[in-house]
Amino acid sequence: MAYDLEFEKPLAELERRISSLQRKGDHLKPNEHRQLQEAERELRHRTEEIYRNLTAWETVQVARHKDRPHALDYIRLMCEDFFELHGDRAFGDDHAIVAGTAKLDGETVMLVCHQKGRDIKENQFRNFGMPHPEGYRKAGRLMLQAEKFGFPIICLIDTPAAFPGLEDEERGQAEAIASNLYLMARLRVPSIGVVTGEGGSGGALAISVTDRLLMLEYAVYSVAPPESAASILWRDKVYAPQAAEAMRVSARELKEIHLVDELIPEPLGGAHHNHQLTADNLKAAVLKNLAELKKIPIDDLLEMRYQKYRLIGEYGRVS
Amino acid sequence: MVKEAAIPPTGQSSTGKDEKSGAPAGNLVVKCPKCREILLAREWEKNLKVCSRCNFHFKLPAFERIELLVDPGSFVETDGDMVSVDPLKFVTRTKDEVQFYAKKLEEERQKVGLNEAVVSGYATIESLPLVLAVMDFRFIGGSMGSVVGEKITRAIELGIEKNTPVLICSASGGARMQEGLYSLMQMAKASAALAKLGEAKLPYFSLLTDPTTGGVTASFAMLGDVTIAEPGALICFAGPRVIEQNMHMKLPEGAVTSEFVLQHGMIDAIVHRRELRPTLARLLRLYTPQTARQAGNLIPTTIKMEPNSADRRGESDGLRPGI
Repeated sequence: MAYDLEFEKPLAELERRISSLQRKGDHLKPNEHRQLQEAERELRHRTEEIYRNLTAWETVQVARHKDRPHALDYIRLMCEDFFELHGDRAFGDDHAIVAGTAKLDGETVMLVCHQKGRDIKENQFRNFGMPHPEGYRKAGRLMLQAEKFGFPIICLIDTPAAFPGLEDEERGQAEAIASNLYLMARLRVPSIGVVTGEGGSGGALAISVTDRLLMLEYAVYSVAPPESAASILWRDKVYAPQAAEAMRVSARELKEIHLVDELIPEPLGGAHHNHQLTADNLKAAVLKNLAELKKIPIDDLLEMRYQKYRLIGEYGRVS
Repeated sequence: MVKEAAIPPTGQSSTGKDEKSGAPAGNLVVKCPKCREILLAREWEKNLKVCSRCNFHFKLPAFERIELLVDPGSFVETDGDMVSVDPLKFVTRTKDEVQFYAKKLEEERQKVGLNEAVVSGYATIESLPLVLAVMDFRFIGGSMGSVVGEKITRAIELGIEKNTPVLICSASGGARMQEGLYSLMQMAKASAALAKLGEAKLPYFSLLTDPTTGGVTASFAMLGDVTIAEPGALICFAGPRVIEQNMHMKLPEGAVTSEFVLQHGMIDAIVHRRELRPTLARLLRLYTPQTARQAGNLIPTTIKMEPNSADRRGESDGLRPGI
């Protein structure tokens, strides 16, 4: 997997050196063999160093990487027998939200996920992972179905934002999101949300009001995409990096202020360098949390979920 | 979440600034931003700050709206001393300047004369009790951070505790960017409280005023058992500017207003400011008896309704999609 982000230039350079040496295969001279080993060690070392010190904006770049695993990749790598369910039964089927039942470690679960595309064609089909109202309504319909059959709900969150179009307003984008917040707060089945890429605005929140909220190590979650926040605060998108930093969008920072319950480690250089390992980590974290949640009587779980959101917020008093 | 009358760094004015706080004190005349009519300030105030020519509803400060809606002297404020504390130590740096959110909060408190963008409490309308929370657009564009979310949530919980209906009057540019994810989570917090209010079978009336946008629209504003709007209010999720940029188009006249959302089935009614109090009184009379019958104030505050899922799906609260 190539290092292709702006801040990864030194890594890309090392990678080029390594692959040119590797191409020689068995014809490597002893000193070249040593050079190869050294370069590989340095690549590992530099990658660790760079990824340890990612700025907020660099993290956003990793979270948005086109080769990062998307929902259907995770579902394929961690579930069996996924049966995709379509449509909101009122208007249409939204391809930016993928949902359906599957077996996870032998148990039926309901998956509700954002889905991005990888190339232009896919992204047109998936609307860049930006849902329309019918997507949220499909999600709501299937979460109610999960409650009916007692299936735990697993949401994989990866969207820049809800789609800001006129037709979305006509079809009640705000109401569709709000209804999911209302619904998810009281669903009588355990639920786990995982931010796998970028969690942006109400578009992300609409499928992430869950008992446990987990985040992949280099995922981001924010009240609005940094570009939008910058255009609100400074009327100029060029300040997106500053907005990302000021809003504290990274998983690590959000864990520190307890807005996220758990971080899921990513492979060296980010999830896109090893899809299987990332999916394994994600699956292990989901199963562990699910096992814990299933031990809790459902009425207690609902009250814990209520209190979890109830306690978010900082305030003071004027004297 | 996307439109907020926020902090123009270069001194350029944000949209609709001149009508934001109505007439500057002492002015004898007011200009209607819609039809450009020059209105006598005294007449304009007597007309509840509605343009007598084109019916344009000016924005109202929270306490003026409360005075307009409830029985005189019946309002008791709760949590009036609650203030924001800048949980992220939010600083915005550009090449020209540095802005501190903490300082901004202090300035807004001075300028607006309120501690935050919402005023909450309880009162009566035509002697019928209710809990209400009224937003004020003047305070950082009525944006929702921790304190707005907390006060709204407390108001809903107070409704459950007092066994009374809840009214929320929205006026907001959306979530407050300066509190990052804390702001977004207030949407979930307030909506969860409304779900509890719903389980307690208590009615929630949502009044949308100009403007109701972003994360406020996408949470409590659109969850009313009865949702009404003042005429001509901007009501949307994404702001007009964002939609226009995204769609590379000019919005048609009247898009994303009260009339537009009524036409598209998103709200129940549009009510002139003059008619708001009698309308709310009617609604209270229509919806209160049922809940009052349940046992009045004998209901314990920790009431926990535990209907099974089949019962819950049978509810026709109009909020659940799909089924």
